[in-house]
Amino acid sequence: MREDLSFLARDNFPTLLTTLQEAGYHTVGPQLRDGAIVFDTLNSVDQLPKGIHDQQAPGSYRLEKSDSPRLFAWANGPQAIKPYLFTPREVLWRSQRSKTGELNFSTVEPEVKPTAIIGVRPCDIAALYLQDKHFLQQEKVDPYYKKRREQLLLIAVNCTHPTNTCFCASTGDGPQAHYGFDIVLTELDDGFLLEAHNQRGGALLEKLPVQPATEAQQQHAEHALTHAAEQQTRQLPGQNLNDALFKNLQHPQWQKIADRCLGCGNCTAVCPTCFCHSEGELAALDGQSSEHHREWDSCFSPGHSYIHGITIRPDTRTKYRQWMTHKLGGWHAQYGRSGCVGCGRCISWCPVGIDLTAEAAIICGEGDKDE
Amino acid sequence: MIKPKIAVHKFSSCDGCQLAFLNMGESLLALADRVEIMHFAEAGPVDENASVDIAFVEGSIATQHDLERIQKIRANSAYLISMGACATAGGIQALRNMADTQQWIAGVYAQPEYIDTLDNSEPISDHVKVDLALWGCPINSQQIITTVRDLLFRVTPKPERDKLCLECKRQQQVCVMVSRGESCMGAVTQNGCGALCPSVGRGCYACFGPAEDANCPALANRLEGLGLVDREIAQKFLFINSAAEPFQSTGNKRKQS
Repeated sequence: MREDLSFLARDNFPTLLTTLQEAGYHTVGPQLRDGAIVFDTLNSVDQLPKGIHDQQAPGSYRLEKSDSPRLFAWANGPQAIKPYLFTPREVLWRSQRSKTGELNFSTVEPEVKPTAIIGVRPCDIAALYLQDKHFLQQEKVDPYYKKRREQLLLIAVNCTHPTNTCFCASTGDGPQAHYGFDIVLTELDDGFLLEAHNQRGGALLEKLPVQPATEAQQQHAEHALTHAAEQQTRQLPGQNLNDALFKNLQHPQWQKIADRCLGCGNCTAVCPTCFCHSEGELAALDGQSSEHHREWDSCFSPGHSYIHGITIRPDTRTKYRQWMTHKLGGWHAQYGRSGCVGCGRCISWCPVGIDLTAEAAIICGEGDKDE
Repeated sequence: MIKPKIAVHKFSSCDGCQLAFLNMGESLLALADRVEIMHFAEAGPVDENASVDIAFVEGSIATQHDLERIQKIRANSAYLISMGACATAGGIQALRNMADTQQWIAGVYAQPEYIDTLDNSEPISDHVKVDLALWGCPINSQQIITTVRDLLFRVTPKPERDKLCLECKRQQQVCVMVSRGESCMGAVTQNGCGALCPSVGRGCYACFGPAEDANCPALANRLEGLGLVDREIAQKFLFINSAAEPFQSTGNKRKQS
């Protein structure tokens, strides 16, 4: 039995939110909007999706309500942390023409408040660490991302209710969080098991009306997480598919996927690790000022592979191939691991229900498994 | 400074795209500072035969008179822009291309001999060279502002090419198709409206026309999976931009089966 785990009774759960608010954090958490669980400003625990369960399948996402008092009895929604750090659209700088005709440039600094996100899943933390590698741990650091990242406090919630499309157990990124959070919760019937991961989380924990977690409570939590892993039926055909995918660039399955694929790019937009963006200029009509912005782009968009009059990947076959070979193959060399954290969003939110795990298995073939 | 001259012409249309000029607000004053508006009947100036640097053309070619006018306008314009679904793809009135026009006229009008119309409603590009196509039903003010600004900078305008889904995701709308089984054309449609319909919980109507590399047969299959019958699927594709490919061929295939 561990001594470092605390128990917060369900009735006392609101203290977690109020403690964060009193500490000056802008609090964000999961809530219902338009038939999905989305992350937005959380003013009260009453906004949390109490008794809500998600039924996900390829191309389908539905919510159901039960009498359960549980707040986190669901797997995930279309987005989580990504839009808070890598914003869908932002102005990076402005230029203004002076009276003498010179151009003056000014950086647009993002306004950032200390933000606490409650209810992030282990898969989303793994994705956050991948985005950190891309935006922070390279020669050039992205100052916009960095500023927001530095203000982030994370209250993770271990996943006890994975859905049909989840496969985090096979990528090693869930259902239990092991890093990246300040405090992690595991929800039980009558309350929450809490564990602080760092000093900040520990200090926060001290302000909450917690008791030491009993052995029975710890066993319940452990059992729930083991069960959550066992429930998952999908998996990728291996941790590192780099060789298997690049050996099969001419596989006929790429075309079969392209026949079904809408090329809409929704898989890339909901993917918590995808970081592609485009930049553009919006000039005022008087020609005296201009805004330079960036926005989410996708390897499925027509401009993504356009270089000097040539579109490198003109059709959906090569676009989908780029998405999968980069995500599951190329990332290993680039970032030291696969770009997939097993959240299953690309499967659920694909309007035609293309299943990344099934397609990867076909393309890599039975004999190419590295496990 | 010599101001570039522009004209705004109207053909068979509802006038809605011209409102993209009139609804500009302050930008309209900035525009009037930078260009000379030679012809824009809805706003005041009338000089249809003026030679201009940029001609904006709204509406489709639908009458014998239209056929003659568009040739003159082309001859008088250095750069010609088709503005909106009617001018760019024939518009909603191109639905008549699939019917017997004379029979409709006879059925609708008490004195059909007064109606002068061609059998088909056709895009401007079927008749003269179009330098730039602005899609949309209707187009919006930002499309005009960006286009004029680019041309004043002597830069080739680069219209929006992303699919609607990408903009819908940027706005973090919940996908109406995945979460509710709503039929939505977003995956085959160009962005331009800013995902207006999904933002109020409706499926996209494809007002901004087919996106590049639009996989219409795959979307038609998906709509069938959502419970739509062939006639309903055909109506999704054969609607505001019925004469635009690949909407037309997918729609016709479903219509005939």
